[in-house]
Amino acid sequence: MSSKLAKIEKRTAYLLILPSVLLVFSIILFPIFSNIWISFKNVELKDLRIPEPRAKKLVKSINDNPNQIKVIYKLRNSSLTQEITNVKFKDKYPDDIEPISLNNKCQFKSNLLKCELGNWPKKYRENLEIVFQNINNQEISKKELKSYKPKLSGKSQNILLTYEFTLNNFKKVIKDKAFIDLLSTTFYYTFFGTIGAIVFGILAAQMVNQKFFGRTFMRSVLLFPYVAPVVALAYTWELLLDPTSGTLNNLLINYQIIDGPINLLGQKYVTLNILGFDFKLRLALTTVIIFEIWRYFPLAFLFILARLQAVPKELYEAADVDGANPIQKFLNITLPQILAVISILFMIRFIWNFNKFEDIFLLTGGASGTRTLPINVYQQGFSIGDIGMGSAVSIVIVVFLLIFMFIYFKLLGKRADEN
Amino acid sequence: MKIKNIFTYCFISSLFLFSLICIWKILVTLQGIELTNFNFNKLFIFGIILCTINLLIGKKLNLNIKITILALLFSIFDYFISKNLPIWYSFGIFLISLFFFNNIKNYDKNFLSKNHSSQKLFFNFLTIFGITLFSFVILFPFYMMLVTSFKTQALLLLNPLDFSINFAQGLPELFKSYFIVFKDYNFGRYMLTSTIVSLGTVIITLIFAIPAAYAVARLNFFGKNFLSTSILIIYLFPAIVLVIPLYTIFSQLGLRNSIEGLLIVYTATTLPVAIYMLQGYFKSIPKELEEAGIIDGQNWLGIIFKIILPLSLPAISSVALYVFMIAWNEFLFSLMFLDRPNTFTLSRAIQFLNVGAETPRQYLMAGSVVVTLPILIIFVYFEKYLVSGLTAGSVKG
Repeated sequence: MSSKLAKIEKRTAYLLILPSVLLVFSIILFPIFSNIWISFKNVELKDLRIPEPRAKKLVKSINDNPNQIKVIYKLRNSSLTQEITNVKFKDKYPDDIEPISLNNKCQFKSNLLKCELGNWPKKYRENLEIVFQNINNQEISKKELKSYKPKLSGKSQNILLTYEFTLNNFKKVIKDKAFIDLLSTTFYYTFFGTIGAIVFGILAAQMVNQKFFGRTFMRSVLLFPYVAPVVALAYTWELLLDPTSGTLNNLLINYQIIDGPINLLGQKYVTLNILGFDFKLRLALTTVIIFEIWRYFPLAFLFILARLQAVPKELYEAADVDGANPIQKFLNITLPQILAVISILFMIRFIWNFNKFEDIFLLTGGASGTRTLPINVYQQGFSIGDIGMGSAVSIVIVVFLLIFMFIYFKLLGKRADEN
Repeated sequence: MKIKNIFTYCFISSLFLFSLICIWKILVTLQGIELTNFNFNKLFIFGIILCTINLLIGKKLNLNIKITILALLFSIFDYFISKNLPIWYSFGIFLISLFFFNNIKNYDKNFLSKNHSSQKLFFNFLTIFGITLFSFVILFPFYMMLVTSFKTQALLLLNPLDFSINFAQGLPELFKSYFIVFKDYNFGRYMLTSTIVSLGTVIITLIFAIPAAYAVARLNFFGKNFLSTSILIIYLFPAIVLVIPLYTIFSQLGLRNSIEGLLIVYTATTLPVAIYMLQGYFKSIPKELEEAGIIDGQNWLGIIFKIILPLSLPAISSVALYVFMIAWNEFLFSLMFLDRPNTFTLSRAIQFLNVGAETPRQYLMAGSVVVTLPILIIFVYFEKYLVSGLTAGSVKG
């Protein structure tokens, strides 16, 4: 009896999860694996259009003879790169009409014109002309003829489904001189973005953890950048930082802090003079990182605040008795308590910043030294139009991602063991 | 020792007062008022003098009278060094200095001889200054978005620092950009599309996720552990690695430029987190309730509908709000899949406005307000639910 129940339970469970599993499999897992497939192929954006045989029907009357008519089909292969094999043609005609002459490819039977047009190479064009007459010697209506549309079918090789593979994409990715620069930009962006978000998250959480007027309001306000749509925020920042009419530059010039406008999003390097040494700072990248910190510190703030509120008050009271100063209290009580949250946050944010696309894309489009790996996927695949290359870069991202995830779950497992 | 304490106290306090005044001055500048100097030297030294006086008076005078006098002195001094400014500016200075002296009114020589007094003072000020600064830095872009949408091109170029709202021009003139954005740029249609897509995603996700989450939380089956760990792993895969294969597949199936295509992708990408959040909540519902249901002769469907769903409404609402937010804000897939204006979502439409012909910035910002406002209203109104959604779903962002 119980085994029967267990069986029913099992069946129900599979039934309940099946829709979700199928959907996730086809939209998330299958694409990840097909990335591998595509990355070994030489596919371009224009290859994605499936080649189609097309026909345009023209109807012309023949001089002085209203009961005869000439029909011209302008045939062409829509693809510029691939051939179509075994093209078949079909068109319908009204009653009482038959062709005067037909070439050997075509047949006319019970109002249907059928043709076998064979193989069409790429860019193929041909005109098919047929003269028709009315059996009853009546006038042929052009309109009626035009109302029927020809149907064509043909087979073409889908370039995505062939078994031709190449290593060229990966060779190009790795041999590219900019690859090292690409990697270092990505890591620079990821690392400083993550650290910055966490540092500001800690600061904000420390502030909001104290009692003051308007504290709940403050908590909502701090989450605004994280909740609002990235498109709106990125364009607002773009206006804010604009070199000629942007608020920030004008404000700084107004208070004589800088002499001339700085193109914060469009300038690759700025030379800083600190203690007599010249430092080259990557300006646009830094600006993008600051935007990133501004947008994502609320998340760190939310987590750290939740943890801070769980720290027992007795610890601080004991520290007061011992005569600890605020810095000592932070270093010896607060920090150890929130360290676990911080390490998990660091991993999560690291993984997500590594894959961040929208923010950089909207702010700079990857120009002036802000090209990261995800931006490169877009540029290779859609700006240059080399889908295979784009996929190969995606694979590089996935490999890094798997390494990070391995570390993350190791860390998570260690934390679980400790508790 | 004591001299050092007094010195640090004066230095920190005056610096803090000056920083608050700076923020106020920047705000005033952003209202279009010409102000080109912070007057650091004079204000800072005068601040130090006033702080010392405050310390010397201590509690000999009524505290309220003391702080009012000090604040008045400071405002009058500021009024004389920065001329030709409106009265509300000086009133602001007065309020800020009143607030500042109110903060330090209790300090006298005795306090300064206590342990860590200067550190405590420093962190106290840092907190207040931090709250002010954070609020300013967070809110200013939103404020700027709103005000820019109320301006005209000419005014924006005339003085880029003028962020005052001129109510005198009348409401139709004020909301002109919005009329244009809705009428000429078709934003009504985009808004409808965005709403349909987001609500559709929420409904379909819940229909798929609730049964699956229930199965993972309650039923025993082969591969359960594997499934629940893979949910998290799948969730960590970003959209950017899916975009090329999905683009190729959708192009060939003719699903690009269709709302259905977007719905499928959005649902699939939000499903893992929805299942993850819901199953956690379902596990916390006492099993006895369901057993009672089984005794009453309910089948699985009945249990889900009559027992689980009513009990887990809070969790379901936070999942729904979170999924709505993701779908409403989503940008990458709408950029990839939509290139005909009649299928645009709001985010895609704004990007199209920016990239396309020279769109005046007030229209761009009006569009941004249109896309931002609904989500902020929902956030403020349902904050409790959305925050728990954010916390649970924060593995992604």
